[in-house]
Amino acid sequence: MTNVNYEPIIGLEIHIQLLTRSKIFCSCSAQFGGVPNTQVCPVCLGMPGVLPVLNQNVVEYALKLGLATDCEINPRAQFARKNYFYPDLPKGYQISQFEQPFCQNGKIDIEMGDFVRSVRLTRIHAEEDAGKSMHAEAYVGTDETLVDVNRCGVPLLELVTEPDIRSPEEAAFFLIHLRQLVRYLGICDGNMEEASLRCDANISLRPRGETGLGTKTELKNMNSFSHVESALNYEISRQYQMLSSGEKIEQETRMWNVDRGITESMRSKEFSHDYRYFPDPDLVPVVVDDDWIERVRRDLPELPLQRKKRFIKEYALPEYDAKILTEDRAIADFFEAVAIKVKDKKAASNWVMGEVLRCLKEKKCNIDELRLEADSLVEIIQLIESGTINSKIAKSVFNDVIESGDSPKKIVKEKGLMQITDHDAIEKAIDQVLQAHPDEVDAFRGGKDKLMGFFVGQVMRATDGKANPKSVNVLIRKKLSGS
Amino acid sequence: MHLTELAYTQLRRKLDRSELSCEKLVDLYIENIHEQESLNAYITVFEDNARQRAIEIDNRIAGGQAGMLAGMVVAIKDNIVMKGVPTTCGSKILSNFVPPYDATVIRKLLEQDAILIGKTNLDEFAMGSSTETSNFGATRNPHDADRVPGGSSGGSASAVAAGLCCGALGSDTGGSIRQPASFCGVVGLKPTYGRVSRFGLVAFASSLDQIGPLSQTVSDNALLLKSIAGYDPNDSTCANVAVPDYGSFLQQEVRGLKIGKPVEYFSQGLDPEINRAIENVLESLARRGAEIVEVSLPNLEYAISAYYIIATAEASSNLERFDGARYGFRSAGAKNLEEMYVKSRSEGFGPEVKRRIMLGTFVLSSGYYDAYYRKAMQVRTLIKNDFDRVLEQVDCLITPTSPTTAFKLEEKLDDPLQMYLSDIYTVSVNLAGLPALSLPCAKDHQGLPVGIQFIAKPFDEGMLFRIADHVEGNHTC
Repeated sequence: MTNVNYEPIIGLEIHIQLLTRSKIFCSCSAQFGGVPNTQVCPVCLGMPGVLPVLNQNVVEYALKLGLATDCEINPRAQFARKNYFYPDLPKGYQISQFEQPFCQNGKIDIEMGDFVRSVRLTRIHAEEDAGKSMHAEAYVGTDETLVDVNRCGVPLLELVTEPDIRSPEEAAFFLIHLRQLVRYLGICDGNMEEASLRCDANISLRPRGETGLGTKTELKNMNSFSHVESALNYEISRQYQMLSSGEKIEQETRMWNVDRGITESMRSKEFSHDYRYFPDPDLVPVVVDDDWIERVRRDLPELPLQRKKRFIKEYALPEYDAKILTEDRAIADFFEAVAIKVKDKKAASNWVMGEVLRCLKEKKCNIDELRLEADSLVEIIQLIESGTINSKIAKSVFNDVIESGDSPKKIVKEKGLMQITDHDAIEKAIDQVLQAHPDEVDAFRGGKDKLMGFFVGQVMRATDGKANPKSVNVLIRKKLSGS
Repeated sequence: MHLTELAYTQLRRKLDRSELSCEKLVDLYIENIHEQESLNAYITVFEDNARQRAIEIDNRIAGGQAGMLAGMVVAIKDNIVMKGVPTTCGSKILSNFVPPYDATVIRKLLEQDAILIGKTNLDEFAMGSSTETSNFGATRNPHDADRVPGGSSGGSASAVAAGLCCGALGSDTGGSIRQPASFCGVVGLKPTYGRVSRFGLVAFASSLDQIGPLSQTVSDNALLLKSIAGYDPNDSTCANVAVPDYGSFLQQEVRGLKIGKPVEYFSQGLDPEINRAIENVLESLARRGAEIVEVSLPNLEYAISAYYIIATAEASSNLERFDGARYGFRSAGAKNLEEMYVKSRSEGFGPEVKRRIMLGTFVLSSGYYDAYYRKAMQVRTLIKNDFDRVLEQVDCLITPTSPTTAFKLEEKLDDPLQMYLSDIYTVSVNLAGLPALSLPCAKDHQGLPVGIQFIAKPFDEGMLFRIADHVEGNHTC
């Protein structure tokens, strides 16, 4: 029997850290990376007597994600307390949602090359993050654990999928898709390394052809897309080996150990917590009426898939271009700002996919940080379209813009980069080149057509690259055939 | 008559006419506090701060700038936080806790120039009906030192009754203001749920807790409620409902009012002397033109059971933050995290609090939630519906506040069920979220005060003040 006989059944639980300015139940800053325990108040410290007050933006964000994933929106959502003791949980309970989450029964379609995997979403609910226990930092003694409460009360959405994912690769694709979506919606920065996206996975195997579910394990501690894929792959082979040797899978939580490349048992089901969920009496139910839903729906940005389709249709772009351009919302916005102002849409696409993306990769920055306004790129493309500069010069102008921040027109003017379109001037340069290379002229006339490129190159060099290459071509051919 | 026996409205007249100073008044209360130390009404007294503040308020009165409560010497139940002074909740686990912020009600009292004199004793975490479970010892009833003052706001009730303050704040989760008010012969109000902000009240059962005033007179009570009530953006459960001028409800007639007498409140278990006292008031009201009608609240018999499930469930969660990690008591003997929790909580909480935490933990456990917590919430809805229905027919309900007058110290301490039953007439009001006021209306043959309870529609505290003020003025006890 081989692995082929078993089918992996995977479900994901993803925590999405929201980009709200303040925390979910108090007005403390939700910013990442502050000095420990400086972004705190009696409320997020869980002092006796304090009460939570819901940040309305969290509801908006939950609705955005819910509407973007075809969820049903609960008209009356309710927060619940999840009770457990831990030093980084000041109240002894986490305010989360249980019976009435904001969103339920959604769906995300993942394009997997030639087929589409439809993953159903069980629910999306909001909750507060816990603090952070510090063990490893230099200032923590070997026999102590310190707690940073800054993260307490930072808003999270938890998205839970049905067990509809069938391979580690699909899981990774799902995460990439979700990251793109939350970034488009502007609700999360999608950074898995900084833990703004956190993923736990449930996995079981079942013999192919069967419909029941096997015993699952829950995997935690995966800090990147590749960890998720590796951990699932490891777990598939571990479970496969156990099942094929007749052993039983134990329902348990397992930690991914990235150094050893294995999953390790953390706690079994018998020791699982009884969280004693009940509706939080300190928070009134959140009534989400149709008006609110419609307002959020109206304000939803165009989502990646729709935008891709529109780019293909509106700008006559190849599917490949449209896909690359829409991967990141800021890039797509930039492209669009350029494309609407230039005649040649494909040229705009080439510039963004080529020079712009190359630049971002080299500088390891995102487009907002680049010294490039969409209008500058428009200018460059227009300078080409009008014949003022040729495309080779245009690339050096582009680099100049990035370095200096000056406008392309100014650079072209100050550096005298205007294309030479004056036939007399070009002919003069051609004459000089031909006179300097009599042997090559003879060879060309003897049928060595390939030398055409050589002549063009020489003429371009003689004109500092400013001659219009098309004119150079035409004129050289005319000279060589004419005499 | 001793000055500390006067109601605030009378004292204020003297203060405004400079016949009396706040400084002098504070000294008188402090003198009383020292003389009556054996009552054990206070956990903390702010002698110096109160004297200091009295001087400030005297200046403000002289300058004609004084607030609604200028010079009113007020005591605060020690489960309401005040910045910079200990809040113990009567528990060892908070014996060293000093909060860094003020409760909303404290801020409001200070804005109206009240003088805060001290923090009063209570059953540990407000869990009890006798003020005997405090880590700081039992409080005694000023009418008979061998008897309990009721609870859990027994310190506040005892202090008001003994003239150790002019008014006080308590908290009422199942009767904790009204029952001690009844035992000590003072006026105690549990406002409508959401009328007063809970921000800064250390939670016992969040969906039932409400802060309210205790005072010698109905008019003082109305004034205190006016000062502390109203919307608070820091409390999501606090209602955005305008606060009326409660003074306008005083000195009104009762002619034409419809008053309901719920038959279930007058059944077996009620002390005949109390029954007679209530009937006397009803007769007197009828003579003055009120219409008395019998009404029925059929689901009342389930109130105590539902209450002890809901209240303990919420308490078990609310008290999880007392874990020894960040503030309060931490056991010295712990060797690891688990031990720190177990030992700190085992040593820090008293037996009644532990009993309720265990009960609450049990009813929320998976497998039991539906049978207990969910069922209790359904019963709660039925009880609320009962009240809504009868309050559509009448302006107010009248019942006894407690089935007995003040009982002896330790009489019920070892019998939790008997103790829980002393709240039988009050808990249903908390379950339904209604306002209710206890007014002294008689004394029994031992000279112990008897309380009568008025219950009104949500946010109709004005009606309670109207009828209670009328009874207070026309019915000698």
